[in-house]
Amino acid sequence: METTIKATNLTKSFGDFTAVDKLNFEVEKGEIFGFLGANGAGKTTAMKMLIGISKPSAGDAVVAGYQVSNQAELVKKNIGYMSQKFALYDDLNIKENIQFFGGIYGLDSKSIEVKYNRVVENLGLQDYAKQLVRSLPLGWKQKLAFSVALLHQPKIVFLDEPTGGVDPVTRRQFWELIYEAANQGTTIFVTTHYMDEAEYCDRISIMVEGEIKALDTPKVLKKEFGVSSLNDVFLKLAR
Amino acid sequence: MSLHINNISKSFKDLKAVKHISLEVKENELFGLIGPDGAGKTTLFRILASLLLPDEGSANVAGFDVIKDYKKLRKNIGYMPGKFSLYQDLTVEENLNFFATIFDTNIEENYDLIKDIYIQIEPFKKRKAGDLSGGMKQKLALSCALIHKPKVLFLDEPTTGVDPVSRKEFWDMLKKLQKKDITIFVSTPYMDEAALCDRIAFINQGEILQVDTPSAIVKNFAKEVINIRTNSIYKSLQVLGKYQYTHSNYPFGESLHYMDSRDDFDPNEIKKHLEDEGIEDVEVQLITPEIEDIFMELSRE
Repeated sequence: METTIKATNLTKSFGDFTAVDKLNFEVEKGEIFGFLGANGAGKTTAMKMLIGISKPSAGDAVVAGYQVSNQAELVKKNIGYMSQKFALYDDLNIKENIQFFGGIYGLDSKSIEVKYNRVVENLGLQDYAKQLVRSLPLGWKQKLAFSVALLHQPKIVFLDEPTGGVDPVTRRQFWELIYEAANQGTTIFVTTHYMDEAEYCDRISIMVEGEIKALDTPKVLKKEFGVSSLNDVFLKLAR
Repeated sequence: MSLHINNISKSFKDLKAVKHISLEVKENELFGLIGPDGAGKTTLFRILASLLLPDEGSANVAGFDVIKDYKKLRKNIGYMPGKFSLYQDLTVEENLNFFATIFDTNIEENYDLIKDIYIQIEPFKKRKAGDLSGGMKQKLALSCALIHKPKVLFLDEPTTGVDPVSRKEFWDMLKKLQKKDITIFVSTPYMDEAALCDRIAFINQGEILQVDTPSAIVKNFAKEVINIRTNSIYKSLQVLGKYQYTHSNYPFGESLHYMDSRDDFDPNEIKKHLEDEGIEDVEVQLITPEIEDIFMELSRE
């Protein structure tokens, strides 16, 4: 099995405060990895290091073959990222967003055109191509943002709470897209507060106060904690 | 009645955000408005808090008309918007003092009401609100919304983006508040929170789909829901997506929830079909539907 993320003692401190404390874990190619934890547990800080926008205070991680400590630019080129907060430009239309992000990732105009056609067809957005992204329902925006994050065929895509507030049907359609991408070999690293979504992951980790306190398949974790749902595992650990 | 909403509508240009909504909320009720992003929840909240005029219809909150009596109404409600809207560069204590003063009161007068909540952020009272963590901001915002002892408390998505542990704590606080003579009108996109309300209204695309107690909504749901477990949820979804009798078919955690298009059917038929298509370890079981099953079904119609 090929490893796409390998964190070794990955640590981040702000002054006296250790936000992320010696994380050690590996994620394999094509795996859906759920990265869970309470608000303030250090998830965002850890994720920022993994996507190359924050330097570790100690330790390191290899992401998509590059070290986050000194090859951050190469890490960024080889990953996709989307968050609930910032994903696409609201005042560009669907096509313009795809052209923009395709260009940023260095795709030529011909392959952008090919990708654009594939994305709108795949998502059934043909009739909305000229609409400003602002006017699309949140769920559509998020599906589009996910496709945009995959434009440059990254080895791994980071999803930070991609489905927060999205309606239950669209939330499930979103996960179908995740499954599809994973089936084609893309590694998925995802955070969520929906515990039913955590069940869809191949493996999950739960962070508490800067440390990973549990890491395994949902099945094993439930067994280990003697409970029937991941929600209960979470409550037991984080409370 | 604490809230009386009569045929309220509101449009923004071509978008009909709220369509002919009528609702009643009883005194001291914990009432949940359940629906996804874009359903019209915030628009309705803003109308009820007298911050937005409806295009048609009328509403009465705590005895005051939202249009004619808006000044009195505002003294009698607390409103916590979805977006954090306190003063980021005032401290915790300054924010609370500010809101108390605006409402002609002081922290001491109603301290009893906010004590359980405020005590958790009191150690940080000299910290600027902008530097608080998400959970602490939420507690401060709630304290500020309560400082004048409102009759009705409006909470617009107080738990969105909040982890399961903090969400549970927040609902425990609401249950306590309810006992102190306050009507609570709360919205959430999390279907599992519906069960914690006395009554709920499902809202989608500006319309109310159903209003009742959570248990009655579950009890009165006409369709049968089958829980399916297999060795591969992803493959099972694809197989059932093509099955001629599938009405709906959604992943639910580690299982699938399936509804059949026929009125009468044998769940074992589904099991057999999955097995014929090469799926293994198939278990089917008739279950009590979850609130989320019902919401998804209602929003399809």
